[in-house]
Amino acid sequence: MDRRTTLQWMLAAAAALSVDVSAGATPARKKGGKPKGYGTDPLLTKRYTSGELWPLTFDAAQNRSAQALCGLIIPADDQSPSAAQLQVHRFIDEWISAPYPNQAKDKPLILEGLAWLEAESAKRFGGKRFDQLDVAQQSQIADDICWTESARPEFATAARFFKRFRDLTAGGFYTTPDGMKDVGFVGNIPSVTFDGPPLKVLQIVGVA
Amino acid sequence: MGFVTTRNLARDYDVIVVGSGAGGGQTAYTLALEGVKVLMLEAGRYYDFRTETPMFQTSHDAPLRGASTPDKAFGFYDATVDGGWQVPGEPYTQASDNEEQRFEWWRARMLGGRTNHWGRISLRNGPYDFKPHTRDGLGFDWPIDYQDLAPYYDKVEMLVGIYGTNEGLENTPDSPEGCLLPAPAARVGERLVAQRAGKLGIPVVPIHRAVLTAKLDDARIPALLHPGNPRAQALVAQSMRERAACFWATPCSRGCSIGATYQSPAVHLPPALASGNLDVLCDAMVYEVTTRNGKASGVRFIDRKTGKHIEAKARAVVLSASACESARILLNSRTSAYPQGLANSSGKVGKYVMDTVGSDLAGQVPLLENLPPHNEDGAGGSHMYAPWWLYGKQGARWAEQGLGFPRGYHIEMGTGRRMPGAGTGAGLEWLTKGSYGAKFKQDVRRTFGSFVYFAGRGEMIPNEQSFCEIDPATKDRFGIPVLRFHWQWSEHETRQAAHMQKTFAEIVGAMGGKVLDGGPELDGRKAIAPGGYIIHEVGGAIMGADRRSSVTNGWGQTWDVPNLFLSDGAPFASNADKNPTLTIMALAWRQADHIVDRFRKKEL
Repeated sequence: MDRRTTLQWMLAAAAALSVDVSAGATPARKKGGKPKGYGTDPLLTKRYTSGELWPLTFDAAQNRSAQALCGLIIPADDQSPSAAQLQVHRFIDEWISAPYPNQAKDKPLILEGLAWLEAESAKRFGGKRFDQLDVAQQSQIADDICWTESARPEFATAARFFKRFRDLTAGGFYTTPDGMKDVGFVGNIPSVTFDGPPLKVLQIVGVA
Repeated sequence: MGFVTTRNLARDYDVIVVGSGAGGGQTAYTLALEGVKVLMLEAGRYYDFRTETPMFQTSHDAPLRGASTPDKAFGFYDATVDGGWQVPGEPYTQASDNEEQRFEWWRARMLGGRTNHWGRISLRNGPYDFKPHTRDGLGFDWPIDYQDLAPYYDKVEMLVGIYGTNEGLENTPDSPEGCLLPAPAARVGERLVAQRAGKLGIPVVPIHRAVLTAKLDDARIPALLHPGNPRAQALVAQSMRERAACFWATPCSRGCSIGATYQSPAVHLPPALASGNLDVLCDAMVYEVTTRNGKASGVRFIDRKTGKHIEAKARAVVLSASACESARILLNSRTSAYPQGLANSSGKVGKYVMDTVGSDLAGQVPLLENLPPHNEDGAGGSHMYAPWWLYGKQGARWAEQGLGFPRGYHIEMGTGRRMPGAGTGAGLEWLTKGSYGAKFKQDVRRTFGSFVYFAGRGEMIPNEQSFCEIDPATKDRFGIPVLRFHWQWSEHETRQAAHMQKTFAEIVGAMGGKVLDGGPELDGRKAIAPGGYIIHEVGGAIMGADRRSSVTNGWGQTWDVPNLFLSDGAPFASNADKNPTLTIMALAWRQADHIVDRFRKKEL
């Protein structure tokens, strides 16, 4: 790994874990250009929605494809709804439409990936759109691209797309109230005391 | 007195304090409570932590689910206002295009400065940390020692409220009884780190952080802080009553609307303002210290709202603008009498800029998978850490001890079932082989909370190649000449970073876990974070015993200008692995006591 890659990896690791150590976690450097984002002094106590700060990108067809893929990656089960039901594709659109370099670089990957997905769907299933396929058919395509390490060379680009799309779907889904509940996050509530982990938890891990 | 505008500035003050962060806040607090009339000039805007802090907001409410952007490098909810490694309109430059020779300069343009977003980690320097040159022949000794500063560490800890324990470890000072607040219970992941790292000989103990795990004792502490000064005692007691204890939710880096963490605007400024002896002017960008007859007469600043150049006068000036910004002001205070800049007869202003050595590694631990849901928010940051444990391999014969580097580091850590963010469930391919669908949902549930993250924070030795100077060509949007940085890590730092990586991988292994895809990075030059990334910027106007080789004496008083003081990280003669904020505050209190004493003796 070169130095830049190493740092990106290191910093991405920190960001992924949302950890809170003494500084040095998640730099996002401006590299020229004039981003018109929310600026360096946004109102922090307000609730923001996708499309509010900058225009979205997806057209109707792309929305359909993205929503269907969200639903395949995170389907509904007895614990939570699907990412499609929670409109996570709207977040992905907000992401790729953002006037920031780290987000903007995902834009071609996602848009070209969605186009590939539709073309592949039509090719394999008699002209059908991806959202018209059943889960078995959708999975037939996804199985070819779901792991960058095992994807055949002709699917390498599509696999990179799928990896990124899955990461974004996860980030969008697990930050919703339903998603936070799904992973068993029970914090963010005030309490008078902090008692530490329950005894049962300590016993399971062997640190009681 | 209070928050003022350029129209109702008084004609003169006893002391002008430049900056409102840890150094400026403590200085203004101590001076104002002792009856000294103070004008504080803050380059950034007014900030109200009580109304502006996003308490309880989830990532769902934020743009991009709170992800990092160039506008908010630590994520949307980070407390920093108008700041970052780049501040619009306020550039700095690099002397070299070489990636490894860059210094990235973090600033915050807001009342309270960087104290609003900092990690709250509050470690005392130990006795060795003031005499590093004596111990191993490298770097510089401070002209003061631990005993000089210890009483002020005590005071600062009691005033701001620091949780932690006394462990009796080498060069990791205990606090006297009654200084520290109770440490919060360790999280399960932290306990597992303690158990397994312990077997490797690495002690994991409660960290010290500036969070109120209990309300401050307003009946006991004020008299200890301000003996013989009943008015100060009453004001400080009142301020303590206005701060609530932590309610165990919301990360501290957002700031804290209930005042449960240390931020200068929550701790230092309220009693100082209530004393009636402090004026605070925001949006005042100081660029020059004025002089008269060899003494500082005041400062010149630009009112950011109008662009007007304004002069303020005082009997003494304290710069606490941040280490490099204070150096910049001195270098820009160049006159025919001071062609090298003010207080710079030694030529050392701008020299010996230091950051902390940083290197991070993450891992995933199957033992922590599938745990019953429980609330691990805790005190909004880490509860445990590992202080440096290999002092026995250091000292004069360090080179023979096998470590390959002379100075130490501590280990900070992150574990647990943290509030989901934009990265939750991302980057799992290496664990899931690319699962999606129902399997992916199970994988995310299983692995949530099973990651551990280690951050090494180590000592950098000051060197001749790491410094700042005035860029001869570039000016900021106010027309003020900007800083140009030179930077070079030495092998003392890069080898330490490699050691961090190796150690963290060993700990992850001892926990039965796997190091995150891609690590560890055993090439220290690649493992070390770039200069400035850890935001422990110190040096640039170091203190010393000899005026030929230092900028200030042990009081932070400049050798050349007797009524000009530095009260931020700039006078640090070394940068121990202990995070600098607590030491900045202790030095500031000690210096302010000295200033009061000199005023009373009419020596200033």
